[in-house]
Order: sequence, then C-alpha cells, then structure tokens
Amino acid sequence: MSAAIICNSVSKSYRTEKTVTPALRGVDLEVNEGELFMLVGPSGCGKTTLISVMAGILTHDSGECLVFGNDLKEMSEAERTKYRGETVGFVFQSYNLIPSLTAAENVSIPLLLNGYSRKEALQRAEEVLVQVGLGTRYRSLPTELSGGQQQRVAIARALAHHPRLIVCDEPTSALDHQTGMEVMELFRATALKEQRTLVIVTHDARIFEFADRIAVMDDGLITEIRKSTNQPPLHHAT
Amino acid sequence: MFLIALKMLIGNRGKFFGMLFGVILTAHIITQQLSIFTGLMARTIGFINDMPLPDLWVMDPKVQFIDDLKPLQDTRLLQVRGVPGVDWAVPLYKGAIKARLSNGTFQTCNIVGLDDASLIGGPPRLLEGQLSDLRQADAVIVDEAGAKGKLAKPGATKQDPKVPLKIGDILELNDNRAVVVGIGRATRTFQSQPVIYTTYSRAVRFVPRERKLLSFVLVKAKAGEDIKQLADRIFKETGLAAYTQAQFKGLTINYYVKNTGIPINFGMAVGLGFLVGVAIVGQTFYSFIIDNMRYLGILKAMGASNGLLFTMILLQTTVVGGLGCGIGMGIASLTSILSKNSELAFLMPWQIPALTVLATGLITLLTTMFSVWKVVRLEPGIVFRG
Repeated sequence: MSAAIICNSVSKSYRTEKTVTPALRGVDLEVNEGELFMLVGPSGCGKTTLISVMAGILTHDSGECLVFGNDLKEMSEAERTKYRGETVGFVFQSYNLIPSLTAAENVSIPLLLNGYSRKEALQRAEEVLVQVGLGTRYRSLPTELSGGQQQRVAIARALAHHPRLIVCDEPTSALDHQTGMEVMELFRATALKEQRTLVIVTHDARIFEFADRIAVMDDGLITEIRKSTNQPPLHHAT
Repeated sequence: MFLIALKMLIGNRGKFFGMLFGVILTAHIITQQLSIFTGLMARTIGFINDMPLPDLWVMDPKVQFIDDLKPLQDTRLLQVRGVPGVDWAVPLYKGAIKARLSNGTFQTCNIVGLDDASLIGGPPRLLEGQLSDLRQADAVIVDEAGAKGKLAKPGATKQDPKVPLKIGDILELNDNRAVVVGIGRATRTFQSQPVIYTTYSRAVRFVPRERKLLSFVLVKAKAGEDIKQLADRIFKETGLAAYTQAQFKGLTINYYVKNTGIPINFGMAVGLGFLVGVAIVGQTFYSFIIDNMRYLGILKAMGASNGLLFTMILLQTTVVGGLGCGIGMGIASLTSILSKNSELAFLMPWQIPALTVLATGLITLLTTMFSVWKVVRLEPGIVFRG
C-alpha cells in the first residue's frame, strides 16, 4: 500500500499583528492510499488546520507535506487551486449545500469547475446521487431534504469528480446515530472505491469503528496513532 | 458556472429584488430628471426651432437669449438688406401682450409679428386655417396649446369644461380687436404662454407704441454664400450681431445654464439618484455577498479561481444593473409617452439613455469591485468553520 499523504515536521501558526498562535507544531504522519483515516482530538488541537493543509486550502509554514507526490508548499496559488479542484473532495459538518441550487446542481459544481459541460455534469451528478441513494431527489432543493439526505448530497458532491483524496470535517456531528452510521457505511461503500483516501476529522466516537487508523492530536501534535478504537495504539508519536 | 451564479443571485429573492429596486430607482431618477432638464432647455429654444428657414438671426449685440429682447429701429432692416450676400431679410416682432378673456380676466401671451409680405416665421404646423388668412383684417393665428388652455373660453357653468378657441372667435389684445383665423401647433416655450401670430404691422399696432419695435431681422443668404462670412459682414457693416440658428440656440441655452439655478437643481437630483443607487445597490449587494461568503468559500475550496469568482460576481451585478437600468428607463419612457400632451417638459434624446447606462454601469462596477475585494481576500478555510 503506497502513501497518499506524507507529512514531515509540518508546522503552521496563525498570525495577527500582535500574536502568533501555533496550530501545528511539527506533525509527522503518513496516510495510505485507499485508507479511511480519522483525526481525533480536543477542540483547538489542530485537526482542521491539518486537513486544510492536506487539502491545499492553507499553506504550512515549515516542513513538508506531499500529497500523491505533490509538494503543496512548492505549488503556486493557481496550481493549488487546480490541485483542489481535481484531487480533493470536501464534506463539511454543516453540509454547505448552496440553498438555491437543486441537489443535482450542487453535485455538479466540482464537475463544472473541472471543465464538464452543464449537461455532462448534471448527468454525472444524477449517477452519483443514485449511488448515494438519492436517485429520486435530484431536483430537490436542500431545504426539502433531511439532514441525512443533505449529507448524502454533500458526499455525492465530494465523489462526483473522482477525487483521489476526500477530506471530511465532522461529517456525522449534525446527524442522529442511525443516520450517522448510514453515512459512514456509505463512505465505506462508495468513497473508498477506486483506492480513494479519506481523511475524516471527528469527535464522534460512535464512528471510530469505521476507521482503518485513527490519529489522536493534541496541542498541534499527533500524540498517538491506533488501528481502531478497540485496538491498542500502533505507535506513539512524540 | 454562470448559470449557478445566476441561480445564486435569483435564489436570494429579497436581496435580488432589493438590488433591482435600487437600480430601477436610480435609472428612473437619472433618466427622468435629465429628460425634464433637457425638455426645459428645449423649450427655451422652441421658438428658434420653429423657424428653420432663415440662415441668420440678426439682433442687437447685447441680446443674451431669445427672450432678452432689445428692439431695433425699423430702419435697421434696410441696412441689413443692403449687406452684400443677403438674399432676403424680413422683420420679426416678438413680444408680450395682454389678452382679455371673455370672463374679464387677462392672460399674458407671446405675440409674434411676421413679415407682412412673405409671412415668414409662422407656426410650423397649421391645424386649422391658412397662413395667408393673416392678411384678413385683425387676423391672428393662435397656437393649439393656448387655444385649448389658457385662452379657452370658460364653460357655461363652472363644472363644464373650457371651450377651445376656434376660427372666427374674437380676442381683445391690448384693447384691440383680433379675429382668430387659424390654429397652429408651435413648440412650447419656456414660459408656456399662448403664442399669437399676426403680421408685423399689426403686431406693432397691437402693442404699446415704442420708438424701437423690431425684435429680430431674419436673413437668408444668397446661394453659395458662406454663412459665417456673411454674419461677420453684417456685424461689420451694421454693428448688429448675426447668429446661425445653432449659434442662437447655443447662446440661449448657455444663458439659462449659467444664469438660472436649473442645472444645479436638476444636477442635484441626478447626483442624488446616483448616490441612492450606489448606496442601495452597493449595500444590498455587499450584504448579498456576505450572505454568500460561505458558499463562495466552498467554490474557492473546490477549485474556483479568483478570476472565475470575479466573473460570476460581475455577471450577477451586470444582470441586476442591466435589468434595473432597462426597467428604470422603460418607466421613464412610459412617463414620456403618458405626459406627451401635458405641461411636463420631457425630452429624451439618445444621449440620456446612454448616460443612464453609463451611470448604472458605474454603480455595477463599483459594487462589483467592492464585493470582489472581499471575495479575493476570502480565506477558503472559512468552509471548515461551523
């Protein structure tokens, strides 16, 4: 199994005029292709910053972050934009579907950004919506869908353009237990196909069982990586 | 992505209609106020426009505008006729006279005295009667607006509508009997007073006697004569100013622009309209962008470049601007059509819609730049905030 993401001593601080707040203090991490990897830890420990760096949304200050062999720090702004559009799929805590667009139109956005025609994009969006079990709701507006259905649309949007990496921020925290389990099963069933890599930031202990590996973060560092919730840690990071 | 941008725009109906209302209001105010201003300015030169035949208007050099009458002695006409290059020169009287109405009230009118022989300078369109009828005793032609309005006879009772003047009716002009022999259509003047046309000799008989009564000399140049050179020659030989129709119109408009508060008043209304537009549209669109910041952040995270987001925002503002501008100008045009027969001075040459498009374009551009600045600086990490 080859590494999808390699982080070596990745550091990132948020700066204002007067203060410097370190978010990542030298993170070392490897995530494999086809792996469902979870990042857990208390609020403010740097989980979201780390997936933002992996997704090319934030640029780290020092260290090295290679994603599918691409050194993100070396990329220009335009290259990073292209990288995000082609390589990364996003799933957010609050779904973030555009309310005035139908489910299919929301799913078609990454495809349109990747140069698909509107017709092709909508056709592909409908296929993906069928995959996530919303084949009959592709014309529905987000407000006409339940929370679980909206998250399924968000997953479809993340999958539509065949990204190699999907980053998810608290994908189940706004869902009830049953729906959360269904969403995670959907992730396993659809997202991990094609050797995709999933990195999920979560606080939700109910879904740890779906992870291949779980990294525990604290104060900008990975303190522990374990194979699953029921298993002892594989190694301790310093 | 452009359809997505439009759906995002129209999807937020409150903001969309708010912005649209702002642009409509702006476009309407700018178009309407400028058109009324232009209409008023056009009325100041309406009398000059109605007389396209002469090449030159000859007058006292101190005359500043059409109603600034500084009469000449009648002998000046002969002097002008004697200038080489003049084909013909005819006198024109322009003045004010009081008409006594049948109910005993008085109405001030403009009286125009035409050359007795040629009758040059009559109303541009005769609705009833013939110009040659002015050769009858005490004959006058009254303009349509005056005949139907200020000079119309009162109805039998107060509730009855006024009865328009018609051919054969008698008017009392400064204690002189005048018989209506025709109804003409003249361009409304700035004061919107009735216009009465008669012969020069009769006009100077109607008005109080003065030593100088000749208002203007209308001159036609001989074929092939250079008009500017002829004007210079008239000035050199007679000391009188000679203006082409365009020059005289320019002189008149210039006087009103410089010496009345009209441009400032209308300018303020237009400026206010523009500021209202910037404020309403700018504020509402900015608020729309703030509402959509999260979604723009998502688009940015998913690979939308700043250029694409700029284009999407520009499309949104252009649609609002274009639609609002069209509707606003449409309402103004409708006002123009509906007010055709009213007192409202409304004239909309092509320059006014062009200026309105320019103004709304500027509002659109300012709004776009204002909003894009926010979007360009948008941190896509916003998408991970709850």
